Amino acid sequence: MHESLGFQLSAMNASQKVEIMTVTDSAGPPKYPFGTVVRLDLHRRYLELCRNEPVSRVTMPYGGEAWLITGYHEIKQFLADPRFSSHAATAHDTARVTPLPLRPGNLLSMDPPDHGRIRKVVAHAFRPRIVSQLADRMRALVTAELDTMENAGPPGDLVQRLAIPLPVRMIVELFGVPYEERAEFRRFSDVFVATSAHTKEEIDEARDGLETFLRKLIAKRRGNLSDDLLSVLIEALDAGQLSETEAVRTGIGVLMAGHETSLSMISNVSFLLLSQRDLFVQLSHDPALMDPAIEEMLRIIPLRSVGSFPRRASEDIEIGGVLIRRGETVIFQRAAGDRDERVFETPDTIRFDRESNPHLGFGHGMHFCLGASLARAELKVALEELTARFPTLRLTGPAEDVPWKPGLIARAPAALPVTW
Amino acid sequence: MYQDPVQWRIEVDRLACSGTGLCLGTAHGRMRLEAGRARPVDELISPDDGVMDAAETCPMEAITVREATTGEVLAPLR
Repeated sequence: MHESLGFQLSAMNASQKVEIMTVTDSAGPPKYPFGTVVRLDLHRRYLELCRNEPVSRVTMPYGGEAWLITGYHEIKQFLADPRFSSHAATAHDTARVTPLPLRPGNLLSMDPPDHGRIRKVVAHAFRPRIVSQLADRMRALVTAELDTMENAGPPGDLVQRLAIPLPVRMIVELFGVPYEERAEFRRFSDVFVATSAHTKEEIDEARDGLETFLRKLIAKRRGNLSDDLLSVLIEALDAGQLSETEAVRTGIGVLMAGHETSLSMISNVSFLLLSQRDLFVQLSHDPALMDPAIEEMLRIIPLRSVGSFPRRASEDIEIGGVLIRRGETVIFQRAAGDRDERVFETPDTIRFDRESNPHLGFGHGMHFCLGASLARAELKVALEELTARFPTLRLTGPAEDVPWKPGLIARAPAALPVTW
Repeated sequence: MYQDPVQWRIEVDRLACSGTGLCLGTAHGRMRLEAGRARPVDELISPDDGVMDAAETCPMEAITVREATTGEVLAPLR
């Protein structure tokens, strides 16, 4: 039997319980987020809401009240409807979990027709058949990193030896960031993805820093174009398909997502398999389970620490029988929808043999993850190499001792000390 | 002299489609999901840039837009 992740989650701490009680007594909507983010646990309140009130009202840390969607069908309807505007949510009075709203001009903060105009510039580079050509490069890179880990250990740190080098090298190569300049980029990127880990001023400074960094890269690369994404952006810029700000901010969005998100997910997947080690053993014994296992972990792991980027209704729209009024802000918790019992049988149980797994781990609708194929390929190569080479791999201590990086948009362990 | 207005045909490869829903927002009102896979609301449409964008950005390359009478592929172009 697999230990159910949801079962672990059901052990709420005392402060979470107190909060639920006070919420029912207070006049306004409950405060969001509902409690401290703990490892890969999904706060129990999300599942109660998914079952009883899939479109509910919450008070956000910034900007006042918002709607929170937790039901699978309601999330899909919301994400597929462009009348919920991402661009309108760049306004400073938008309810949100991050100290600052996204800046306009980034793919994530665009609506049609701008979104389609820009996305088609970069989409080609991330298609499955293009990404599949990178598999050999990925495998060589992972092999070299694991060689280093094997020779130096045990123990080793999977974050440093696997989760960071693979996505960083792949996105840096795909994008065309000179390898020696990745340190400058990395300096800003941790701040860029903060929720509570950094101040508004620090985040704004990191955004400016990254934009300057991108402008310098573009200036240097001009006249020396190749087939990387940076060159694609420059060509589109020169052809008048997008503005300089759009090129810079879209470039940053791609770099950040291809880097922070993937490294968090590789870390989280490794943590999940090693903290419920029977899952790791299953994968070692039966490599054919790899693809469904990856999909199942994309479903069950709540990658986002809290909530989502907000969108705002451009007109009155009904979702799940609830009327969202024009101008109101909506966020969703994807991981709650992916445990919706209307869609997934025994949703809290991790099962590598689900017949159908239409999870929303990469989103839905026009902002569907641009890098989904790349992320899947990276996860697959990382886990194949890890399970094949280190069948006895385990955490050096109890799972509770693994340190986490708090206050970022995505959850991730700070280190994953392992032995074999 | 009367001339037929240009019409486009939307084709979806239902085996390639994985139901990401990207086309639902990009070509709003032109596509719908049926059993988790995309289908055009109407196969024959008058020209619409949103549909071109959907074909160019579909992660699975499952959408093709053709000029209806000649069959010429309008999108995706690469």
